[in-house]
Amino acid sequence: MNFQEIILKLQEYWGQQGCVIQQPYDLEKGAGTMNPATFLRALGPEPWKVAYVEPSRRPTDGRYGENPNRLQHYYQFQVILKPSPDDVIDLYLNSLKKIGINPQEHDIRLVEDNWESPTLGAWGLGWEIWLDGMEITQFTYFQQCGSYDCFPVCAEITYGLERIAMYIQNKESVYDIEWADGITYADVHHQTEVDYSRYNFELADVQALAAMFSICEKEALQVAENNLVQPAYDYVLKCSHLFNLLDARAAISVTERTGYILRVRNLARVVAGKYLEQRKSLGFPLIKDEALRRQLLEEKEA
Amino acid sequence: MAKDLLLEIGVEEIPSAYMPKAIADLKDNAALKLSQARLSCHSINCFGTARRLALIVNGLDEYQADAVIENRGPKKAAAFDAEGNPSKAGIGFARSQGMEFTSLEIREYAGTEYMYAVRKEKGAASVQVLPEVLKEIIQSLSFPKSMRWGYNQFRFARPIRWLAAIYGNQLIDLKIENIVSGMHTMGHRFLSDGMIEIKNVADYREKLQKHYVILNQQERKAIISRQIKAEAAAAGGEPMDNEELLDEITYLVEYPTAFYGSFDPSYLEVPSEVLTTSMIEHQRYFPVFDQAGKLLPGFIGVNNGTASNIDVVRAGNERVLKARLEDALFFWKEDLKKDWDQVVEKLDSVLFHERLGTVRDKVTRLQKNAAAIAKQIGGVEMTIIDRAAFLCKADLLSSMVYEFPELQGIMGRYYAIETGEREEVCNAIYEHYLPRFAGDELPSSRAGIVLSLAEKIDHLTSFFAIGIKPSGSQDPYALRRQAMGIATIILDERPGIDLMTAIGNAYDNLSALKLDRSRDEVITETIDFIRQRLRSILTERGYSYDVIDAVFAAQANDFADMEQRIKSVTEFKNSTEMEDFMVVYNRANNLSKSWSSDEVNKEVLQEDTEIRLLEAVTGLMPQVKNSIQQKEYTAALRKIVELRPYVDAFFDQVMVMTPDPQLKASRLAILKMIANMCNLTADFSKIV
Repeated sequence: MNFQEIILKLQEYWGQQGCVIQQPYDLEKGAGTMNPATFLRALGPEPWKVAYVEPSRRPTDGRYGENPNRLQHYYQFQVILKPSPDDVIDLYLNSLKKIGINPQEHDIRLVEDNWESPTLGAWGLGWEIWLDGMEITQFTYFQQCGSYDCFPVCAEITYGLERIAMYIQNKESVYDIEWADGITYADVHHQTEVDYSRYNFELADVQALAAMFSICEKEALQVAENNLVQPAYDYVLKCSHLFNLLDARAAISVTERTGYILRVRNLARVVAGKYLEQRKSLGFPLIKDEALRRQLLEEKEA
Repeated sequence: MAKDLLLEIGVEEIPSAYMPKAIADLKDNAALKLSQARLSCHSINCFGTARRLALIVNGLDEYQADAVIENRGPKKAAAFDAEGNPSKAGIGFARSQGMEFTSLEIREYAGTEYMYAVRKEKGAASVQVLPEVLKEIIQSLSFPKSMRWGYNQFRFARPIRWLAAIYGNQLIDLKIENIVSGMHTMGHRFLSDGMIEIKNVADYREKLQKHYVILNQQERKAIISRQIKAEAAAAGGEPMDNEELLDEITYLVEYPTAFYGSFDPSYLEVPSEVLTTSMIEHQRYFPVFDQAGKLLPGFIGVNNGTASNIDVVRAGNERVLKARLEDALFFWKEDLKKDWDQVVEKLDSVLFHERLGTVRDKVTRLQKNAAAIAKQIGGVEMTIIDRAAFLCKADLLSSMVYEFPELQGIMGRYYAIETGEREEVCNAIYEHYLPRFAGDELPSSRAGIVLSLAEKIDHLTSFFAIGIKPSGSQDPYALRRQAMGIATIILDERPGIDLMTAIGNAYDNLSALKLDRSRDEVITETIDFIRQRLRSILTERGYSYDVIDAVFAAQANDFADMEQRIKSVTEFKNSTEMEDFMVVYNRANNLSKSWSSDEVNKEVLQEDTEIRLLEAVTGLMPQVKNSIQQKEYTAALRKIVELRPYVDAFFDQVMVMTPDPQLKASRLAILKMIANMCNLTADFSKIV
């Protein structure tokens, strides 16, 4: 099964489970969690099911295309099920069967892993899911997001697509993954890995990045004040990515680091609050149970 | 008739680290709640795997024990009116208890007579009370971190997915959020399918066995232990002895099958600590060693399942480990290319603490502190100390320590060996972190001891100097551990360090920083803090509080000497001579404790016995002092016992508190001399 077939199978499966199949969000981000389809939709009382591929960037993980297992740009397949269904683990295990991994033939393990994103003010409890000793998925029950308690709680399933593909295709290097017939992962991404590694580690202009961070921070707050939720969130994402770039340039000391994280978390909290207000003013349209919807709208706080 | 009770809480995989306590709590809480509900039973046993917590109560009575319920009402005086008829209050109380006034009893409580409603309550059927009791047991469990799920507000370690509650052959109905109890369980997640009906405890055990779940954790652990030993033996080696890992795996699998996997011997080029850390921390594998203790190119993993898929599982795990080891080899090779002298300079970009400068600043301080300590205690070459202090933090900037922080010091030693540093330097780099935890090995080389003390003293002194001290359970900079390290080294290695001077030097080396506390304050506080750790170490070593207190009161600064004294006093306390000694001490000390002078005017003495006592004491004093100087404390104490007949005779004949002030003063002074002599070793007034 080639790389794109894995993605197609997962999309097909989760689509059948009632998920909206969305597309990647068009801004740089560190993980699928940061896509507004997760970060914002995880908030508030409305149910939500979504699945999408997310290109993710971790500038510090760049290895100039030389390491067979590490990339500064990679793909996650993200699923959000809100509220978390009772049979969520079985739903996940069935998805593995669709991509040719039969749990009966392997050792599949749920190993404690508690996820936390200090910049997003988000955390949850869950597991790394191991396939014969290899972590292939991150599974999290969100407890907080944007510094707000999540209720109902959603389940987040994040597949590491490259690792799964390497396993299925029996490849030792990520670059050898067959993306489509006759086209490898290296054909698609090797040169960009080399170039971005150089940019991230050597060339990114630290002063410009720091200035851009401040500009984006100001813009996020200004836009949020005008109650434009997603436009404001875009600037939170930009801040987060700029922070990651500064980090890759080793331009942030330990103390400054905490300061930057707090600044981004503050922005995330402001936007999360605006989102909650906005959904309420829209009347929580995704809640189909009319009595529940009315009851929630009457509550003082969203 | 008594029957067996089963409660099974079916969950999504609970973190293995939570399990031992969860199982113990389940048992304790069940015992408590059952007894509160007046339900008696034969025995309570608890079991657990990652997916279930099971409570099995054998021989649980069918009925609650009968209870006598006593409710106290108004005072008797208020329950009757002036004519001796029931008052309004009295009748009201009876009505509130659903009883006739005439059935009330009069009993005394705290010296006053009260009206009591006493009635026997027949025990209810267990099946009636169990739903509430079981629910309370479940709710009483707590975990280091707990969570909500779905639409539930209830918190647990991970989501609860089913509940089995059966008494005898009967379902006990209970409900936690949307989960309703049933007479069913689940087998192994992958080797069994769907809910399994169960009739009773015996059936439960049988069905689990059949559906690939080994419920009993002890049994599972024994199986794993046996399997890994067998796999290792087949490969010609022995598995690493690692109880913690064994426990973790016990709670990761429900049906263990161990397997041996191998890796390319070329990875053995990487230091073995790196390989074993990667195997244990990342993959939960047991490393395997040959008879000579050399690491074999293989590992033992434990599959959660049968042997039927073992080849696939082995191959998968071998591939994963290979990728990990490939990374490790890459880091090792990268690190070997580094110029460590230059790396040390780069430590100026690593912040140690915002108020205490960078790690590079710390290195400079370490060089100075270590040199001062080395000069003080001797026996070590200054160039070695200086070089080791300079290099000891360099590995913090190695790729390997970035990946495996727990290898700090271990990697530093390897890099120093590879770049041809002198052996003493290499060992001191490793040893300067020792001891890392209570019971860890201590630095054994002279240079290692010096550097370890210098590191810890700088750490404590610098944080105390900026006013950071541990409080309660808050100790983010691990100051207690550092102090424990200093105390242990001084006790067991006896380096002969003068702490006051060393801390003073360390404080002087902070002169470039803005500090909150004065030199004297920091010295006093730091020594005091180390002394507290010393006290707890000595307590842990089994010495009794009173002896520790007695020695601390007599001798507070030379830590190494303390344990010697404590040992001697403990030994002496248990000897037959102790009684005579304490007679001498108590008779002397009781009268003289509020007297301060030990100056005797021999001229005023009158009686034989007091003159003889004085002679005995003055004759003994140089001998006792000499023994103490030789640190022969038991000998010193034994000598004092010789005073017993003199003391007895003295008190038989002499009246100490005589009206003649001069005479009284001299008599008290003799007693004071004796008490002081005893207290040279330890303050015996603290001995109980």
